[in-house]
Amino acid sequence: MRVLVLFAHPAQRKSSINTAMATAARALKGVTFVDLYAEYPRFSIDVDREQRRLMENDVIVFQFPVFWYSTPALLKQWQDLVLEYGFAYGPQGKKLGGKQTLACVTTGGSKSDYSDNGGNRRAVEHFMYPLEQTATLCGMDYLPPFVLYSANHLDDESAQHHIRSYPQLLTALRDDRLDLARVRTLPTFGSSELNDLMRN
Amino acid sequence: MEGLAFYALCYLAAAVLAVIVSQRVGLGSVVGYIAAGVLIGPVFQISVAGSGYLEQFSEFGIVMMLFLIGLEIDPQMVWRLRDKLLGLGGLQVVGTIGAITAAGIGLGFTSQQSLLFGFVAALSSTAIVLQTLEEKGLLKSDGGQASFAVLLFQDLAVIPMLACIPLIAGSGQGDSAGHGGTALLTDLPGWASAVLTLAAVGVVVAAAHYLSRPIFRTIALLGLREVFTAAALLVVVGITVLMSAVGLSPALGAFLGGVVLANSEFKHELQNDIEPFKGLLLGLFFMTIGAKIDPEILLANWSTVVTATFGLMVIKALVLLPLAWFFRVRGPAGWLFALGLAQAGEFGFVLLTIGGDRGLLSPTTVSVSVLIITSSMVLTPVLFALSNRIVIMLEKRGRNQRRADQPDQGTVILAGVGRFGQIVNRMLLANGYKPVVLDYRADVVDNVRKFGVKSFFGDAGRPDLLDSAGLAHAALLVVAIDDPDRATEIVAYARRSNPDIQIIVRAYDRLHHYKLLDAGADHIVREMFDGSVQAAGMALESLGMHPYEVEKRKAVFVEQDTAGLARMAKLVDVDTPAASNPDFVAGFNDIGKVIENAMMGYRSGYDEMVARGWNAPDAGSIHVPKSAGIDLPS
Repeated sequence: MRVLVLFAHPAQRKSSINTAMATAARALKGVTFVDLYAEYPRFSIDVDREQRRLMENDVIVFQFPVFWYSTPALLKQWQDLVLEYGFAYGPQGKKLGGKQTLACVTTGGSKSDYSDNGGNRRAVEHFMYPLEQTATLCGMDYLPPFVLYSANHLDDESAQHHIRSYPQLLTALRDDRLDLARVRTLPTFGSSELNDLMRN
Repeated sequence: MEGLAFYALCYLAAAVLAVIVSQRVGLGSVVGYIAAGVLIGPVFQISVAGSGYLEQFSEFGIVMMLFLIGLEIDPQMVWRLRDKLLGLGGLQVVGTIGAITAAGIGLGFTSQQSLLFGFVAALSSTAIVLQTLEEKGLLKSDGGQASFAVLLFQDLAVIPMLACIPLIAGSGQGDSAGHGGTALLTDLPGWASAVLTLAAVGVVVAAAHYLSRPIFRTIALLGLREVFTAAALLVVVGITVLMSAVGLSPALGAFLGGVVLANSEFKHELQNDIEPFKGLLLGLFFMTIGAKIDPEILLANWSTVVTATFGLMVIKALVLLPLAWFFRVRGPAGWLFALGLAQAGEFGFVLLTIGGDRGLLSPTTVSVSVLIITSSMVLTPVLFALSNRIVIMLEKRGRNQRRADQPDQGTVILAGVGRFGQIVNRMLLANGYKPVVLDYRADVVDNVRKFGVKSFFGDAGRPDLLDSAGLAHAALLVVAIDDPDRATEIVAYARRSNPDIQIIVRAYDRLHHYKLLDAGADHIVREMFDGSVQAAGMALESLGMHPYEVEKRKAVFVEQDTAGLARMAKLVDVDTPAASNPDFVAGFNDIGKVIENAMMGYRSGYDEMVARGWNAPDAGSIHVPKSAGIDLPS
């Protein structure tokens, strides 16, 4: 399987977990890694090129930090421009049909913040609903999101664990070793569940 | 010499005085010149002795006017106006000639005399009408365009009329504008003279088309303006001599030459050079007309003059109005058209003068006719006021829902198409705007023209060139020249002559920026600033900074610098060099501190400004309440 990672982060500092995840993903063979903010710092997205990249891959991974319950601005811009009528949807569209999509997100809030009784009043997958429906409308196979909670409050060990597990997830997708049937039974999954979800 | 100086003094003094008064009263310059002639001739009896050669000389004014009319002919515009030009113009001329000739015969004139009257009456005053339409901003309106088309046709119709008068008068050779043609051809057989005549026309067209460009370009590259003016005059005089030699109308030749040169990049420059001469010589022509007015004849015939003037205008309007309606120039536009063109025109004087010379009309009849034409021209402002009244009445009655007469549409003037201006030009063109381009380098203009851009050679710093490029009605002026002082002058002039225009200008540096602000520019672009910021950004990117981070840092830098520029404005004294103005230096240091600190390594303000946004709540410190757990960037 050919894997495309679309990474969107407007403030890539050395200390950021997302930056470390990105560095690890970038080094993988058989995975196309795209830093959207580096390629389109002025938000003028090359739609043809992006569509070509989508066509050339089987698994589309969106990697981003959750900002105000949504994607960073450029990733929204990407959706608005790239998922065109006649390409991604519509009678002549559906060119993305059958491709797998996966959101790999980090959140500032903890798992309990993202619960019915927490400050955010919903579980995190609910906030991914626009992305899910977008993928579904385009006929894509939407997988439950891969989530890292409390990204700003992690101890070093958990941070490193997540950073190491991310390339493992991507290679598993690449080599078709992820047990998709089991993944689909979960609302979300994280680095601690990853080992159990792999096939040998 | 003494005599010449004295005549010059009298003519110029009378002209200046009378034209100022006439313009002030709103009658236009033509009426003023005629009044000056009246002062010189009948009133003070100055002109009696020496007016003969002046009169000949003044007829160059007519030749130049036709040359300029030829220059003004834009093939595309003529094509667009073809229906109105041929249909409306042709029917108007034929209709008016018919009506007036019939009236003349009815009043007991001979058919030849009546036909001449018809010719005279068919023409309207191009000079007065175009000027008035332009002043009122109505030239591009429906009524204005129709008027323009008809005036153009009339100007063209003058040429066959001039040729016809000798035939009507029944005496042979036609040296129409009265230059005392040398009649080179009288001894030649018919076929030879025909060949020679055609050859002369061919020479004018070919020379204007093939010779003029390289010659003008050479002169332009020399940078000697007076030589260019001399060359422009040479063109007109040369055509006149050639045409007179073969017995053709010099006016026709000049018109042809003008048409051929109309598409040249030197068009505006030629116009500007010929225009003052044309204006003065035409003024002189009108003055000689005025000088010939005999007060005794006026007193003896005043009732005839009044009745005939009124009758002339009514007949002309009655011919024009139904034609306008037929050609779908209706409502307000139709009234503007019919009443605006109801006077007789300056070419009438020429026709009458020739008719008198040919013995077709008695001197008294000529004088009375001149008076009739003059009074109808004097009444033109009244006609325009009347059409305005009618339009208001029409609008009150609500018969016209839409605003019929749209004033001139906005246009873009681009001064300078060098390295800076050509980018502006290309982007405007790419987005469907066609700027009028001015540049003082003939080779540059040449190159730009190859890409199909409407461009003209000339120094954009010259007010008259800006005016003829349409400054008064333009919506936008982009000054892209690299000479700072000249750019400032252009901005100041443009602001004075068109308060509503948007002005975008290229600034050399900060101090120039302030001068331009003072001069009235709306938007000022520092020529090196954006390019330098780009290079700095690339430098940061090459050093490993994330492209989006670079973008943010560039944005903050530009914002800070621009804000500083604005805050500094009140500290600037444009006449003192920046470095010797202590306030400026102090302020510059103060405002630049944020940026300069960053440069010096004290990263106080700049970094904070850039880093603002996407900041994670700081773990362990007081931030968003834990219970809220709002997801700010991680």
